[in-house]
Parts: sequence; structure tokens; C-alpha cells
Amino acid sequence: MVKREVVGAHYGLRDWLAQRITAVIMVVYSAVILSVIAALPRMDYWQWKVLWQTPVVRYATVILLASLLFHAWVGVRNIYMDYIKDPALRLALYVLTIGALLYYAVWSIKILWSA
Amino acid sequence: MSRPRPKYLNLLQIRLPVPGLVSILHRVSGAVLFLFIPFLLVLFELTLESPAGFQRFKSVLSHWAVKLLVIGLVWAYLHHLLAGIRHMMLDLDYGTELPAARAASMAVLATGIVLAVLFGVMLW
Repeated sequence: MVKREVVGAHYGLRDWLAQRITAVIMVVYSAVILSVIAALPRMDYWQWKVLWQTPVVRYATVILLASLLFHAWVGVRNIYMDYIKDPALRLALYVLTIGALLYYAVWSIKILWSA
Repeated sequence: MSRPRPKYLNLLQIRLPVPGLVSILHRVSGAVLFLFIPFLLVLFELTLESPAGFQRFKSVLSHWAVKLLVIGLVWAYLHHLLAGIRHMMLDLDYGTELPAARAASMAVLATGIVLAVLFGVMLW
């Protein structure tokens, strides 16, 4: 019997699962929010604003954003791992991507809460 | 007999089978959606800013180039979603035989394009 040393950072299974859970969350959110938008009595600024001020919509959207940004991180990191061989460049891209995703998180929360 | 390893394949000479095409487009559409997050946030911010912002959003969206871009993003979203569902079906061991895999990939590719075209017609 071969005794194998298991190496690596051990985040493979966790990220594989998270990618699927976040995907399901986004599909459900998309279906619900599209139906709600389609059911709006009128499509004007005030209706639109009231929609995004509704607490349940806000909090559901926060969950969507968390799912989206984590999903994007796992996906984009996989792309970097496949094509970017230079460790310094890859690290720089990781840092840049994490920074961008955190910025989008703050930005979108700001949009939602100033609605 | 030893064969030279690793093999380097010329990507420009490979005729990709349909599941391969769906797979690489899953990656491409995901990357595109990631790159356009700021664009979508700018538009979303505009709609909620003020009644004037809402009108400005409408006029921005009435430009043909913006419409084309939005249709492209809707396709990316649809393809990514459908290819993702295909992925999870494969995880559950559905459609792993070659004929089923080909049929499902064709369905993913076609449905994404058809729905994006329908959306485009509605938008125009």
C-alpha cells in the first residue's frame, strides 16, 4: 500500500461546495427579483426606489452580493491559477482582485442604503 | 517506448467538441461578468440617485452600443447560469455518457443564445 503525503492548502472541497451553494443562492435571487420587478404596478423612479428600500429586498440583496463576490473570487482565482505562472504576478493579481471585490461590496452597500 | 511529455497542443488547430466549447465559454462568460461588475454598479447607482438619474439611465440605455453591450452581458449571464446547471447535473452523475453530454451541451449553448436574442428583441 502506498502511503501518500497529502499536500496543499486544503481549500479545494470547501471552495467547490461554496461555488455551488452561492450559485444556487444567485439563481433563486434572480428568479425572485425578476418576478417582483415584473409585477411592479408601474415602472417609474418612485416604484423603483420603494422596491430597493424594502428591508427584505435589501437584506436579500446583501446575501446576493456576498454570494456573488465570493463566487467571483473562487472563479477568478481558478483562472489565475491556470494561466498565470509567475508567482509575483499571480500574487499581485490576487491582491488586486480581492481589493476590487471588497471595494464593490462597500460600494453596493452604499448604493442600497442611500436608496 | 517513451513518448515526449508533456504534450503541447496547438489550441488554434484543435476542433473543440461542443461540451468543450460550452466549458470554455463558461469560463469566458464568468470572466466577462466579473470585469463588468463596476459598469453594472454605475448603472444601478444611476437609477437610484434621483428621478433625473433614472431618466439618464433610460437615455444611456437607448444608445445602440450600450444595448449591444447589455445584450452581450445578458448572454454571458444566461450561458454562465445554464452551463453552471449542467455542471451540477454532471456532479450528480446525470448526462455523463457521450450522447447525453453532447445533447445537454448543445441545449445549453442554444438556449443561452436564443434567450439572449429574445431579450435583445424586447430591448430594441
